[in-house]
Amino acid sequence: MAHFIDRRLNGKNKSSVNRQRFIRRNKAQIKKSVSDAITDRSVTDVDTGEQIVIPKRDLSEPFFHQGHGGIRERVHPGNDQFQRGDKIERPPSGQEGQGSGEGDASDSGEGKDEFSFEISRDEYLDLLFEDLELPNLEKKEVSNIEEREIVRAGYSSVGLPNNINIIRSLRKSQARRIAMSGSKRKELRVLEQRLSELQPFGDDKETEIVQLKNDIESLKEQIAKVPFIDDFDLQFNNYISQPCPSSQAVMFCLMDVSGSMDQATKDIAKRFYILLYLFLSRNYKKIEVVYIRHHTQAKEVDEHEFFYSQETGGTIVSSALKLMHTIQQSRYPAHQWNVYAAQASDGDNWADDTPLCHKLLEENILPNVRYFSYIEITNRAHQSLWDAYEKLTEKRPEFAIKHIKEIADIYPVFRELFGKQQAF
Amino acid sequence: MDNTNTLDNTSDWTFEKLESYHAKIKQVAQSYRLDTYPNQIEIITSEQMMDAYSSVGMPIGYSHWSYGKKFIQTQQGYHRGQMGLAYEIVINSNPCIAYLMEENSMTMQALVIAHACYGHNSFFKNNYLFTTWTDADSIIDYLVFAKKFVSECEEKHGIEAVENLLDSCHALMNLGVDRYKRPTKISLHDELLRQQEREQYLQSQVNDLWRTVPKSGPKDELLKKHFPSEPQENILYFIEKNAPLLAPWQREVIRIVRKISQYFYPQKQTQVMNEGWATFWHYTILNTLYDDGFVGEKFMLEFLHHHTNVVHQPAYNSPYYNGINPYALGFSMFVDIRRICEEPTEEDRHWFPEIAGSNWLDTLHFACKNFKDESFISQYLSPHLMRQMKLFSVTDDSDLNYVIVDSIHNEEGYRAIRENLAKQYNLSNLEPNIQVYDVQVDGDRSMTLRYYPHQSIPLGDSTDQMLKHLHQLWGFEIKLEQEMDSGEYETLATCPKHAK
Repeated sequence: MAHFIDRRLNGKNKSSVNRQRFIRRNKAQIKKSVSDAITDRSVTDVDTGEQIVIPKRDLSEPFFHQGHGGIRERVHPGNDQFQRGDKIERPPSGQEGQGSGEGDASDSGEGKDEFSFEISRDEYLDLLFEDLELPNLEKKEVSNIEEREIVRAGYSSVGLPNNINIIRSLRKSQARRIAMSGSKRKELRVLEQRLSELQPFGDDKETEIVQLKNDIESLKEQIAKVPFIDDFDLQFNNYISQPCPSSQAVMFCLMDVSGSMDQATKDIAKRFYILLYLFLSRNYKKIEVVYIRHHTQAKEVDEHEFFYSQETGGTIVSSALKLMHTIQQSRYPAHQWNVYAAQASDGDNWADDTPLCHKLLEENILPNVRYFSYIEITNRAHQSLWDAYEKLTEKRPEFAIKHIKEIADIYPVFRELFGKQQAF
Repeated sequence: MDNTNTLDNTSDWTFEKLESYHAKIKQVAQSYRLDTYPNQIEIITSEQMMDAYSSVGMPIGYSHWSYGKKFIQTQQGYHRGQMGLAYEIVINSNPCIAYLMEENSMTMQALVIAHACYGHNSFFKNNYLFTTWTDADSIIDYLVFAKKFVSECEEKHGIEAVENLLDSCHALMNLGVDRYKRPTKISLHDELLRQQEREQYLQSQVNDLWRTVPKSGPKDELLKKHFPSEPQENILYFIEKNAPLLAPWQREVIRIVRKISQYFYPQKQTQVMNEGWATFWHYTILNTLYDDGFVGEKFMLEFLHHHTNVVHQPAYNSPYYNGINPYALGFSMFVDIRRICEEPTEEDRHWFPEIAGSNWLDTLHFACKNFKDESFISQYLSPHLMRQMKLFSVTDDSDLNYVIVDSIHNEEGYRAIRENLAKQYNLSNLEPNIQVYDVQVDGDRSMTLRYYPHQSIPLGDSTDQMLKHLHQLWGFEIKLEQEMDSGEYETLATCPKHAK
């Protein structure tokens, strides 16, 4: 006997485990592709996955097979010209009649040199930020967060007409109607039974039949009078507002654009910002980015100007910190936003300004942010700003500084900053 | 038209229509005495079909990266339109599971039901290779067990360890089957082997006892036992039973891979027959439905369109030529056998005196039961079909810089072509013949394998990697020798490599 089974609703991702295994096995390669890909991306471009290319030889599944050479006899169809004893030039590449003998060989040996495939956005981010975690995530408790969201909370008997739950309401209405008319229906059935028994006798029971008919009539009326729907049948979808952890974050990018910062240095900074943005986007639904660049004055700019316009002049870091504080206070209150900041600089600053920076950070900025990272991109010795910041790191766990010398340092430094075992 | 008899011929399928078509097909199939396992027909989506593809068609299997790779390849090929998906997959199990894709039209579903649920299914149940080698009742249970066992091993010993082991086993999968032994003897063979093992164990104890005692006389070299006493072709089996360092779970994993390989072995040997049989029956069954007025021209035209695609055989010089199409060859042969039975010519009477004019159904069932591709072709390929397919045989000797046409479809060539074509399906000619020749039981425990080339065809370039896999399983040195034309043995490779 045959059974038809509809499997279409079963999961289609039966192979996802194996796919994960495949990715796991080739992790080294894939990770390399992933970190290379960082370079080519815009800061906020995180919605796409990534094309991964793996050299074919790493994927081969070898098996013993026959090589070329030796004597082979093959039968082919469609002879249109050959006679016995004909000598034919050997077809190129020895592929003549690639019949069942080498049927499975395509995976190894010749063929494409590379195996390329696409990983999804989530896989991409997972690989990129494996073993990393957001610092200070647990500090902000739900109680002091003012963001609330509306959630379904069962049903209630009062509410607005547009929230009526029709199924529930009709269900109650039916239950009520059954309950209220139950005894009368029973009575009705008895009477109707009696009536049908009496009908054959016709005239003999005339009066009783009339009486019965009247009773039935009145019972039916009573039943019909039970209202189809009543006020207390109504059920409304209930919504309540609930405090929820803030799912929005703002990321401040601060960068020195004074004459001493060249394009190469800015590129390094850009990559760091991309990483930070990607990393935040894995944890927050909504992220805004504020770009602040500064030389002696600070200015809020868009992404393109931030990275690609050149300025000259000296450097006053505190101007940027002040601007950041102002923007944060007015637009991104700390109880609603998770504030992250990353500052990149080559370490130059007016010596007089450095104590002010220290003070601004400690008193105004750090209390309001989740994490503030400072990276110094330079090949020279550290200057006063680094020393002042270094002191601060000892006191404030949400503040971290790192030194980057060249592009290759970025990813390791980033991992160090956000590594799981970070003992703050 | 009589409405009670015709089947609904709109092209969308529904479950009711599937049932009614299936009932008719079943009726026709039974009238042709097709004996099948019960059918379990599952409707799946194309994504699920890709899942099924990547797990070699099995509904359940242990996890391994190579299946993931296959899945990614299939998915990419499909999404880019480079390949279509098969219309159906059928599993040799009891009940026989067949997958139908939801995208198929009703005609296609009917074709697939006839092809898979009655064609393949009856072949699985009746062909001697399947009945002797595979156990349709237990395969699904075994796969469930295998999956569970492998995942338990992963928990206990780490994914890495299991993966490495499976890699090596998969590499040797083709050498994990018994080619010539009969399974009925396996248990006996097992017993003998166990007995041998016990003997060896005792022997080793005895040796240990004696080792401390000063030797009294000169050691007799002639008495030294060769191990294994005969060369072993089932290398995985040999390793499972004899590798000195493997843990019990590793032996069990090897056994699982070996069992699955053995399960698929008959399918590899009966591709032409199996597909030919199924194609012959979907063709015959659906034509019978048409003759009996159950389906109309519309249905038949769509069906014939697909059918001719399936059995198309491009000529050797066509850009689409990729060897002989097993569907085409198998289908033509079964049709030809029927022709020989029903309308034999003088030539047929001469070539096939025992079947010419016999009952075609009896003859076909006999052929289905008792042959594999190689023997089927050498038994039944007729001159008529060779002429029809214009077959010719080519010899390619790498010592010459040209290839020679040695036979064509004429009186002198028929036998040679038939023989060559049959050989082409002989797996022992296609897969390298490598056997465990010797193990230094009381030496360095190194294992020597011997490669016996078929018609001086050398081993492919994977040999070094393969030796690494062998080395990983065996744990001691691996040596691979090749039998030369002169009859001497030359070392091809060793692992670990020696500086020589």
